[in-house]
Amino acid sequence: MTKIKNLLSFVTQSRAISHTNPREHILNCLTYGLLVIVALCAGFLLWDLSSSPRDGFFHGKRDSHTLILDLEHIQELAVNPEAEQRARNVNCTFWDCLNIYKCEHDRLKVYIYPLQEFVDEQSDKTATTLSSEYFQILEAVLKSRYYTSNPNEACLFLPSLDLLNQNVFDKHLAGAALASLDFWDRGANHIIFNMLPGGAPSYNTVLDVNTDNAIIFGGGFDSWSYRPGFDVAIPVWSPRLVRQHAHATAQRKFLLVVAQLNILPRFVRTLRELSLAHSEQLLLLGACENLDLTMRCPLSQHHKSLEYPRLLSRGKFCLLGRSLRMGQPDLVEIMSQHCIPVIAVDNYVLPFEDVIDWSLASVRIRENELHSVMQKLKAISSVKIVEMQKQVQWLFSKYFKDLKTVTLTALEVLESRIFPLRARSSRQWNTIDTNARSTFNPLFLPSLAPKSQGFTAVILTYDRVESLFLLIQKLAVVPSLQSILVIWNNQKKSPPHLSTFPSISKPLKIRQTKENKLSNRFYPYPEIETEAILTIDDDIIMLTTDELDFGYEVWREFPDHIVGFPSRIHVWENVTMRWHYESEWTNQISMVLTGAAFHHKYWSHMYTHAMPGDIKDWVDEHMNCEDIAMNFLVANITNNPPIKVTPRKKFKCPECTNTEMLSADLNHMRERSACIDRFSKIYGRMPLRTVEFRADPVLFRDNFPDKLKRYNDIGSL
Amino acid sequence: MQAKKRYILVFVSCAFLAYAYFGGYRLKVSPLRPRRAQHESAKDGGVQPHEQLPSFLGAHDMQELQLLQSNQSKSLDSSKHLVTRKPDCRMETCFDFTRCYDRFLVYIYPPEPLNSLGAAPPTSANYQKILTAIQESRYYTSDPTAACLFVLGIDTLDRDSLSEDYVRNVPSRLARLPYWNNGRNHIIFNLYSGTWPDYAENSLGFDAGEAILAKASMGVLQLRHGFDVSIPLFHKQFPLRAGATGTVQSNNFPANKKYLLAFKGKRYVHGIGSETRNSLFHLHNGRDMVLVTTCRHGKSWRELQDNRCDEDNREYDRYDYETLLQNSTFCLVPRGRRLGSFRFLEALQAGCIPVLLSNAWVLPFESKIDWKQAAIWADERLLLQVPDIVRSIPAERIFALRQQTQVLWERYFGSIEKIVFTTFEIIRERLPDYPVRSSLVWNSSPGALLTLPTFADSSRYMPFLLNSMGAEPRHNYTAVIYVQIGAALGPNAALYKLVRTITKSQFVERILVLWAADRPLPLKKRWPPTSHIPLHVISLGGSTRSQGAGPTSQTTEGRPSISQRFLPYDEIQTDAVLSLDEDAILNTDELDFAYTVWRDFPERIVGYPARAHFWDDSKNAWGYTSKWTNYYSIVLTGAAFYHRYYNYLYTNWLSLLLLKTVQQSSNCEDILMNLLVSHVTRKPPIKVTQRKGYKDRETGRSPWNDPDHFIQRQSCLNTFAAVFGYMPLIRSNLRMDPMLYRDPVSNLRKKYRQIELVGS
Repeated sequence: MTKIKNLLSFVTQSRAISHTNPREHILNCLTYGLLVIVALCAGFLLWDLSSSPRDGFFHGKRDSHTLILDLEHIQELAVNPEAEQRARNVNCTFWDCLNIYKCEHDRLKVYIYPLQEFVDEQSDKTATTLSSEYFQILEAVLKSRYYTSNPNEACLFLPSLDLLNQNVFDKHLAGAALASLDFWDRGANHIIFNMLPGGAPSYNTVLDVNTDNAIIFGGGFDSWSYRPGFDVAIPVWSPRLVRQHAHATAQRKFLLVVAQLNILPRFVRTLRELSLAHSEQLLLLGACENLDLTMRCPLSQHHKSLEYPRLLSRGKFCLLGRSLRMGQPDLVEIMSQHCIPVIAVDNYVLPFEDVIDWSLASVRIRENELHSVMQKLKAISSVKIVEMQKQVQWLFSKYFKDLKTVTLTALEVLESRIFPLRARSSRQWNTIDTNARSTFNPLFLPSLAPKSQGFTAVILTYDRVESLFLLIQKLAVVPSLQSILVIWNNQKKSPPHLSTFPSISKPLKIRQTKENKLSNRFYPYPEIETEAILTIDDDIIMLTTDELDFGYEVWREFPDHIVGFPSRIHVWENVTMRWHYESEWTNQISMVLTGAAFHHKYWSHMYTHAMPGDIKDWVDEHMNCEDIAMNFLVANITNNPPIKVTPRKKFKCPECTNTEMLSADLNHMRERSACIDRFSKIYGRMPLRTVEFRADPVLFRDNFPDKLKRYNDIGSL
Repeated sequence: MQAKKRYILVFVSCAFLAYAYFGGYRLKVSPLRPRRAQHESAKDGGVQPHEQLPSFLGAHDMQELQLLQSNQSKSLDSSKHLVTRKPDCRMETCFDFTRCYDRFLVYIYPPEPLNSLGAAPPTSANYQKILTAIQESRYYTSDPTAACLFVLGIDTLDRDSLSEDYVRNVPSRLARLPYWNNGRNHIIFNLYSGTWPDYAENSLGFDAGEAILAKASMGVLQLRHGFDVSIPLFHKQFPLRAGATGTVQSNNFPANKKYLLAFKGKRYVHGIGSETRNSLFHLHNGRDMVLVTTCRHGKSWRELQDNRCDEDNREYDRYDYETLLQNSTFCLVPRGRRLGSFRFLEALQAGCIPVLLSNAWVLPFESKIDWKQAAIWADERLLLQVPDIVRSIPAERIFALRQQTQVLWERYFGSIEKIVFTTFEIIRERLPDYPVRSSLVWNSSPGALLTLPTFADSSRYMPFLLNSMGAEPRHNYTAVIYVQIGAALGPNAALYKLVRTITKSQFVERILVLWAADRPLPLKKRWPPTSHIPLHVISLGGSTRSQGAGPTSQTTEGRPSISQRFLPYDEIQTDAVLSLDEDAILNTDELDFAYTVWRDFPERIVGYPARAHFWDDSKNAWGYTSKWTNYYSIVLTGAAFYHRYYNYLYTNWLSLLLLKTVQQSSNCEDILMNLLVSHVTRKPPIKVTQRKGYKDRETGRSPWNDPDHFIQRQSCLNTFAAVFGYMPLIRSNLRMDPMLYRDPVSNLRKKYRQIELVGS
């Protein structure tokens, strides 16, 4: 190496002499110096390439890059026989075996050890061999949002050691291999996937490997071996899954199908007796003579064999019976055929039991009561069967459909323990999200709103000062009014000075907006301190004090509804195949206009921050339909109709009707019909509900002394 | 050298270096291939890498299968290895299910007789309340052979041997119990265990054996999963029944509380569990985070104090606990000596979202209640992160969490009775014949205690969760006419008129006449023709019907109870029940309109005759009025729609005390139904349209004309309120009218024209 250097420097010197320009000379020197460095590096690289592959500097560098799951390049490592092994710590809890300080980043990060093959140097045996399923698990983690290539920022560590099936590896060697992992640290924060634990004769329900403090993602836990809040129960995967399209309940001929091959003999005997007694409803199948696992044969040899697992779709329910092991691949096979599992395995910890509500999608029966399984199933109503079947189908597609989904679900379960704030609630885990009609009302507290608080009137105004002042004066005398907020939606003109406003005894605030947008009326201004908001147009001066007061009273009883005065209806026009907006006096209504309506402030928040699609922008652009949008929003979230208060009123001044207005009106109506069409497309359904009732005071129009009535001045046109 | 050349040379060499640096490793791997020759063949041809690998299920599993197939021997059945006894109890190993097949009944051991050990130890007030709650409930049986669960007469609530309520000699007392059987099918309630200095959670001072523990402050390692039940810690003044409702009155969004996080309590300077509270001062900022502790407790606090005590005590005295609770969004619930603390229930009631700092604590009823919807878990190890955590929670989440605290408090934690019943229901759901309620039912109003799963297996048949299931109540209604007086039936009798009116309704599916009058049933041909609508007449007179009849319908003095009108008859197949008195006068439009209103409020009573309750200061009692008022809180079931489920609830859930009151007075069943529905929904009933007088006054012999009848109803109302523990009725100020009711438009445009003609 030094010789080359000397040679090069010599050449440089000799050349430099031949030139006279000193600047050129310096540049040349620099260039040659650079060339020397390049040459040196190249030499070093060559030397490195020919050296041992394991401890070259490439490797150190490569590890900080994304791991490549390449079967061609699996490292071989010698198992360190001295590494300290400890048996699985049965007393582990989330609180003491997991090093939480490694997880202080804002999200869960998982480091995967590079593919390694652990070899025992004495016997030359490999610890484990990689299976297709484990490869897929590794791949799923690698491609997920959880993956990190940096072990220093990782919260969890996933060994590439395949421990899925305890039958295929040497327990001791596997333990030693785990213990010799780089970051093992008594297994803290390590996750170990295992689907078939235990072996003859004891068939332990958890992996018999010395896993110390590691978290086990196990497929066969019973409630003794499962460390609640620490381990995660996963399904035992089946390589035999076939795709199944929805199979209606009606087509399922049998009530119960039993096609599991390895049920313990004493339960098989019970089932045989049952199948004799209920031959029409119970399909009991066994293995075929050639022991082909994709076939099942009826126990009486006359019938032809059936294709497994497809045959499971013949049953409404399918049995998962007790075998030598708790977990069986049959569970996912059953679910893949959208058959409702009947679980007759005592104390089996079902997959993802922490988060999945299995009562919605399975039937559990005690092993000792297997003989009464048919009675139990017959007692289930057909409605419930359909519900459960839908749930099974949904659960399968959401959490079980392939190994990737299973892996990510398992990691999410763990994530929700480590970051409980981000955890989904059990409702979110278990509610079928494809059913648009299924709703969750965010105002679910079943109580009346307090009377004392009163409401805030939010008046959207542009420049009609006279009418605005009139309205303010009228509102101010309403006893339940708490304060008034004027939204001045005119940027060209400043609102009149506060001193020019009518003097009232209630607080009055004015807020000028930055843009003339209709959505400004639904902004959840911090000035609004009450639950109830009365949105009111500046020209609605015909409502009486009693009407407003009563309206608030009604809202208190229905705080999650829109409660208001002017109402409208939507109708389907068969001719045009479109929705039509209707303002006639009809027997039905489906919308209450926010020109004079009460709603909970939460809906303003939802309108501003959580309106689906581009509805909000569209409304602001077209200066129309903000009230329809609000009605859609509330109806879609709650499935509740709006409530109209008190009799019909003329909200438009009679002298305003001239021809010009009429044509504008027609246009207006057409646009609003278009809004309904547009919104219902965005929501994917028509959420509005039609009702035939309105709310009146109890003694409305009663032949009763007026002074004893609480609300008198109601119902004048 | 030319400049151009020079640059090119430098650039090329750099490029080479870069290539060698980043991509060079490719050059060197080929000679070092491990022994994985089998994969090489499949390398090409677009095969996924995992498809080259074998499945994890292999030949070994086939062997097991063959073993099972071939080995018909009994070796596998009797194989003890599969049924090895595990140390911890589970329902399957420590519970005798055969005792619980028919009904779930609870037996309480009688108080100990006087014997050589001296007088029976006194029972603490709380334990007495637990016993009373059970004794007056439907779970109770005095017959030990019928019992599924046994409750000790010995007070086991406080097992801290330093405590004054500590009962001595429990092991020998247990040994003398006639049905003890190592605790099998027994349930032991406990709030405190262990004592200074280690406060060991599992040291009860006796061996609970196979008894189920319903215990507070359990840790995840002590609780036998699926067997023990974690209950909340409650203080000595905790009410037996009903009790205070959640204190959240308003549902403001955003909440705008003065403080974000609050805690006020004592701290232990030394010893187990002291660290967490001792370090709380780090989080205290006196502005939005108020976490104040004191060392001032116990006799000798001065001796144990550390150098922060004086400063802490000063801060501590500046804040009032109640004020903090009411004005804080989050309340810290740190562990004390034990994992659980009183703070938890206090915060829950106040709607102050609990922030838990109690590692490994199993929250109350955790197996059923999804606490993620009502509380925030923090980690004692990451104490200093608590401020960031609470600040990061968005307002929508706070809004939902706060509401859920109230739902849970009201449904499961408000009283000792509710806590005990919830414990029982959790155990009951483990029994083979009892259906399991979904987590949605458990975690939403009205909760599991009011959702009897034996009524139907799907929530579809109940009125509460229809919206969240995306369902509607099933169509049409069954009219149930209760005939009590049985006036002389001419062809124009009110009853026949009523049947004719109902027949014309477009939504009626079936008419059911419950004949409870002394007169004989009229002949079949006397009834008006009902065309396609089936008319069933059920005679309730002498013989009680067996179907669906619990102990409630049985007669004590040979007189059938008036509650029979609410029995869940099999003939009622629709969700809607129209309950009518024999002399009700309504027209068809009124029936149809009320039904359409009911469909939007299926969980409430929707009907005509409205009554009101009020607090009578002069009598210091509840008053009942049928006068015309501006509000109402009762809609009588003489002409009202309600959900079929309430019949079931009325018959199978209401306290037997209440049903007895109804039976003895032969009155008030309609008031009781209103209390029940309001208790379930926490909402008022709904009155429809103007009609007030709904009785045919001509009938004469009506008990309604009897002044005693009215006084009786007053006293009923007070009895009911006492048994419920509070007044469930809620007032409403509105009634529902048809959209164009009395509007100045042509009657022809109106859908419900008959209603227009009805006066008040």
